[in-house]
This record gives sequence, C-alpha cells and structure tokens, in this order.
Amino acid sequence: MLKRLSLIAAVASMFAVAACGSSSTESGLTVFAAASLTETFTELGKRFEAAHPGTKVTFNFGSSSTLAQQIVQGAPAGVFAAASPATMKTVADAGLAGTPTVFVQNKLEIAVPPDNPAEVENLKDLTDPRVKVALCAEQVPCGAAAAKALGAAGLTVTPVTLEQDVKATLTKVELGEVDAALVYKTDVIASGGKVTGIPFPEADQAVNDYPIATLKDAPDLARRFVELVLSQQGRDVLTKAGFEAP
Amino acid sequence: MTLRARIVVERPAFRLDLDLTVGRGEVVTLLGPNGAGKTTALRALAGLTPLTEGSIELDGVRIDREPAERRPVGVVFQDYLLFPHLSALDNVAFGPRCRGRSKAEARLLARELLDRMGLAEFASVRPRRLSGGQAQRVALARALAVEPRLLLLDEPLAALDAHTRLEIRSELRRRLSGFDGATVLVTHDPLDAMVLADRLVVIENGAVVQEGTPTEIARRPRTDYVARLVGLNLYRGEGDGDRVRVGDLAFAAEEHVTGPAFVAFAPRAVALYRARPDGSPRNLWEGRIDGVERHGDNVRVHVEGPVPVAADVTPAAVAELDLTPGRPIWVSVKAAETHAYPA
Amino acid sequence: MPWLLVVPAVLGMAFLVLPLAGLLVRAPWSTLPWRLSEPQVLEALRLSLVTASMATAVCLVLGVPLAWLLARTDFPGRRLLRALVTVPLVLPPVVGGVALLLVLGRRGLIGQWLESAFGFSLPFTTAGVVVAEAFVAMPFLVIAVEGALRAADVRYEEAAATLGASRFTVFRRVTLPLVAPGVLAGAVLCWARALGEFGATITFAGNFPGRTQTMPLAVYLALETEPEAAIVLSLVLLAVSVVILVALRDRWVGAAA
Repeated sequence: MLKRLSLIAAVASMFAVAACGSSSTESGLTVFAAASLTETFTELGKRFEAAHPGTKVTFNFGSSSTLAQQIVQGAPAGVFAAASPATMKTVADAGLAGTPTVFVQNKLEIAVPPDNPAEVENLKDLTDPRVKVALCAEQVPCGAAAAKALGAAGLTVTPVTLEQDVKATLTKVELGEVDAALVYKTDVIASGGKVTGIPFPEADQAVNDYPIATLKDAPDLARRFVELVLSQQGRDVLTKAGFEAP
Repeated sequence: MTLRARIVVERPAFRLDLDLTVGRGEVVTLLGPNGAGKTTALRALAGLTPLTEGSIELDGVRIDREPAERRPVGVVFQDYLLFPHLSALDNVAFGPRCRGRSKAEARLLARELLDRMGLAEFASVRPRRLSGGQAQRVALARALAVEPRLLLLDEPLAALDAHTRLEIRSELRRRLSGFDGATVLVTHDPLDAMVLADRLVVIENGAVVQEGTPTEIARRPRTDYVARLVGLNLYRGEGDGDRVRVGDLAFAAEEHVTGPAFVAFAPRAVALYRARPDGSPRNLWEGRIDGVERHGDNVRVHVEGPVPVAADVTPAAVAELDLTPGRPIWVSVKAAETHAYPA
Repeated sequence: MPWLLVVPAVLGMAFLVLPLAGLLVRAPWSTLPWRLSEPQVLEALRLSLVTASMATAVCLVLGVPLAWLLARTDFPGRRLLRALVTVPLVLPPVVGGVALLLVLGRRGLIGQWLESAFGFSLPFTTAGVVVAEAFVAMPFLVIAVEGALRAADVRYEEAAATLGASRFTVFRRVTLPLVAPGVLAGAVLCWARALGEFGATITFAGNFPGRTQTMPLAVYLALETEPEAAIVLSLVLLAVSVVILVALRDRWVGAAA
C-alpha cells in the first residue's frame, strides 16, 4: 500500500513540476513574439542576458493570433510582441496587456525566385494568369496586408494558393513552385538570397504595425526588455533585418 | 507404371531420399512416424517443395521442373484447406476454372462431382458448415476436378473423430479404387494405411525401410517402428538353419533360416509364469516386469530381460500372476507361433 | 474488478474523450445552422471526402501489392524497404510535403519532367491533395495488410496453386478474400488519416478554396481569426467521419457474421 501511495505521489509531483516549469520567475522572462521576429528577438535576447547576468530569456515564437489565444487561455508570458494591432487587441481586451507601443513596421515586397522565370517587375504583373502567385491567407497578417495593398492598387490577383503563414509562402517561392509571392521585406532579407525582393509603391498603403506590451503580473524584467527593444540598439538590430522605424 | 520418382530433399539436419513407383490405379501409402519426411515427399510430388536431386516422371513425362500449377496432380490436404470464402461448388469449380474451363463448364463439372460424392444438396454451402466427412469429400472432389494423373492425399482421415473415421475410411477406399491414375497417400496411422493401401512404403528418417503389401508388412516387419505399428515383437539375430540366435537366446521358429534373420511373434503368443514352468518348453527365459497397461480386452505386460518383450494376458491371469513392476517372471513363446525370415 | 487495469483504462478514455467534450461545450450552437450553410464549409467538406476517398483508392491500388511484396517474398533489402515504407509515419507531415515538392514539384526531380513533357504540375491542384494524403496515409494501409497477410494461412495459397492457379490468380481469388478484413481495416485507418491530413497537404498542394482547401486547412485558418468557426468546422468533420466509420463497421460486422 505504501508503495502505491508513493507511486501516486511521484506522479502527482511530476504534474506539479510540469505545471510550474514555464512560469517566469524573478531571474527568468518569457517572451511571446510573432514568428517574423525570430531572428531579431533571439539576437536581442542574447544581448539582454549579457546585460543582466543571471537572467534567462525564453522565447515562444509563433503565429501572432495563436500566441494571443495562448495568452488569453492563461499561458504565462511577460512580454507579447505581435505582428498586428488586431492580435494585440485580443490580449488587451482581455485586460491582460499594458499599453502597447508600435516598435517597428514591416512592408510587403514581391518575392520572386532569383532567376525570376515569369519576369515579374511590378504588382500589375501578378494579375497575368500565366504567373503563378502565392499569397498569405487573409486570416493571417501578411494576407490581410496583401489584400489591402492590392485593393489600394485596384488590382485583382488570382493566386494558386493562400498559405497559412508567411514562411510557408516564402518556401513556395524558394522551391520555385510559384513565380511570385507577396511577403514581408524582412522575410526576403532573412531568406539570404534564396529569393529576390522587388519593392512596389503600393506597399506603403499596407504597412504592418508591430505592437509590443508587457503583460499583466509581469516581472520588472519585462519592462526592461521592452525598453531594450525600443532603444537605439534594438532599432539597429531590427532595421538591419529589414524592419522600418514607425 | 504411371509414376516413377526419385525424391531427394535436403534440409539442415535432414535428408529425404526416396524411390517411388506407383502403377495405374494403384494406391501407395507412405507410412512413417512424425518427422519421417512423408509430407515433404508429398509436397515435392505436388511441386510445393523443390527437389534437391532426383526426378519425377508421370506417364513418361518429366514434371519435376514444372511449377505446381502446371502439374497434372490433385492434392487433398490435411485439414482439407477448402477455401472458406467459396461455396462447396465454387471450391470444386476452382481448379477447372484455373485450368481454362469457362465458368459454366467448370460449375457443371463441379456439380457432377458433388453429385457423385453424394453432396448435391451441399453445393451452395460454405465449408465451415460442412461436417468433417463432407468436407473431406468436397476436398476429394476438388482434387479430382482437375482430372489429375496423380492424386496425393495428406493424412486424409486425421481431421475426423474416431467415430466417423471408420465409416469414412471404407468409403474413401471405395472412391480411391474408382480413380484410374496413380494415388499416393500419406498417413501415420497403421490402420488407415492397411485399409487404404494396395502397397505400403514405410519411411523412417527420410529413407524407405520397408515396402510391400499390407499383409506382407504386417506379417514380417523389418523395423521396431513397423513391428510396434503392427503389434509384433521383433528381434534381429543370426540363423543357423535350426534356430535364430538373438544375444544369449536361441529362438525356435516355424521357418528355418540361415544367416541374418528377423524373429517375430505376436504378444498373445507369449506366456508368463511366476515360477519356472515344468517340462522344458522352448523359447524360455527369465525377465522382470517393466510395466502393465490395458490393451483392448486384455492386459499388455512389458517384460525386461535378455530381450524386451510385450505379452498379452487375460485379466483373470493378471490377478494370479502378481504383476508388480520389478518382480521376476518367466517368459515362454510357442515355437509354432514364432516366425523367422531373412533380414 | 482488476483496478490496475480499470483505472488506467478510464483515465485513457477520459484523455481521449475530454477534448472532444471541450469542443462540444464550447461550440456556438446558436449560430451553428447559419455557419453550416456557408458554401465554403460545404465546399471544403466535399473536397475533404472526395480527396480522402481518392487517396484511399490510390493507397489500395499501390499499397496492397506492396504489402504482398513485403509479406510474401524475400529479396535483399526487404527489411530496409519495410522500414522505409513507415517513414511517412514518423516524418512530420510538413516535411513530407516539402519532400513531395522536391520530387513532384515544378522544379522537382520528376515534376520538372512532368511539367516539360505534359505541361502538368501537381502542386496547387486537387490531384496534389490526393497525392499528399496518400503519401501520409499509405503506411497505415500497408502495415495493416502486411500484418493480415502474415497472419493468413499460406497453405490455402498452396492448395490454389495445386489446382492450377497462377500466382496472380492465387492472389486475386484466394489471398485477397482471405485477408479482406485486414484490407478493410487498413483502408478505414488510411481514409481517416487522409481525412485529417493537414501538414503535407498545405505544404504540397497549398490552400485554395474549392480546389485544395480541405476541412483541416479551413479549420486551421479559421482558428486564426474565428475560433468559433474552427470549432464548428471541426465538429462537422468529426460528425461526418464518425457516421461513415460506424456505418461501414456495421456493414462489415454484419457481412462477417
């Protein structure tokens, strides 16, 4: 009987450990950030840890809307950096976020394979039915931005696919499955030359704002991390990756 | 001769080497203990196990290079292996269909065969609803439906219970005698072998140890296995024209043999005595009771001694003899019921 | 009661059923009829059922012979082949989709040739969805059928051979009917897996309503903006698959008894 009790205790303690494993303590910070911030925030996280010895920054990168859902459902996060004001609003409406600040903007570019087989030069070229185009689904920020830009230009594009996120859209271009796609400038830069970016003027009509906020009950470290992101140092890292200052 | 075969199949730690000839209409039974190679021989004839060496000739044509599906051979398998998803009729029609008959022809032929087997009303029944005897007849019909020149039967009665076995055995004998090709049947049951075979081929450890008609074999076994099967005591010795010496014993027999010889007698020819019997009967020695078992209406007594021997005594005699294992006992065999023949 | 068995069994059941209950509890029942009547929902459902069934057909045509090869023949590298067949089981489906693109995509090893020879390209087409689903679902069928073949009594096949049946006839008229329950079980698993396929499909075939947007894709995208819609779509997918599986199961059990 004693043996059985101790087994139950062991199982129970396992759950307990699992439950508190991801909460942020005074020396740790969990940051939820949009997938497009993966490279830049990882870099900033390292700098933050160097500046605050003994602290550990843990990131959860993902689709902004998924992250917002997770936060609303009680995921323990200290900072939330979203790729759209709408997703940040979900969290703010739940009373879980402090005042958000727009820290960067991201602009769309036309991404084409390096050899540009369909000879795409501008946004209008995407309307040619012989050009295979991938767009993000309208439900995700890059898709909403693409729809806005195309709408501003008064163009109708029939894509072959509406991808679930910007990375998947980019992959289709990298593999040459499509001739062109509308993705963020930051993604073009992050691809390291596997796709070529073509800027287009209508992109200015569909600028994506990235808000950042500390979350309810977050440790002081969260505020200091947001300060780093908003500092000149943070801005340098972000603009190098293709983001633009708001 | 319709079948002339030399079957050699080698496996790790086993070698089957068998010469077999079977005439038209003849039923040859391969008899032997489990693991003797009987089924392997049958599979080799059917083309399911490749020959290591040798050849199989049927009506003068070599068939050992042909795959199973092209040999003019019909097989009744142990457990019959009727296709469970097909009706009795379709089981029988399967072979003719595969050998090029139209669906209608094949079914007509199958229906005729089932009629002949007395199974007309079971044509549409699935195998699992047939009795053992019925299933066996369907299996036989299925094998015959391909009009084989050679019919192979693997333990055709083993799947039946003792009660129905008796009846089915004689019925099978009748049906086999109606088949004009060569038949090879495998069994480990001596009674099945005796009833069904025109000729017996006894196999032990992959080799033929004795061949002959059932009567010959029953009378003159040449190995312990055969002797046990037919229920005889058997010894090998040296004849001097008058008696046959087996170790320290010298047997007087009906026949006179010179040179290597077998001595055989039935357990009921053996008499047991508590004390040395009066007079001087021949074939007398002293042994020790080894064991006692029921055997039909009698009791079979195993006696250790210069040679081991089985004796059948009546239950009445048992009480009188005090058959405690280990007890000394005198054994005698009537010379008139002892047979000697050259080894 | 052997509670050492019953307690984990009940826990296991709860583990599988509670998330389902969660969906049911949170489902927006009041707006359900309106959401279900949306043409996009019906379109995605139709596409899901059609592609899953076609993928199952493809798996049957290719997978049953493959299972036969693995179960009934011996050749060098058979064990390796057997391990490779199960690769789609362990490969993350998205990676499977990328792998398919590398082979069958417009610039893929085979796709390149398809494009130049026939002007035909699989990605972003309904056929592409079928390919992606079949790729992920085939191991379920192959493993089930191979197991059934190994369990089947080969002596029936020998009996058929002695009756004059060629190897193909043996397979068609004896082996296949004998392993039919295993084939059906495999086909059901295969169909269910294909129905729920997401990763390989969206990666290889993309997402376009009416052409490549199956229910799981619709669910995923709905989750981005309208979690309630996603729940409705999931319930529809669930209900349809349960109805079909139960109906089929009853028929087989009825046929087997």
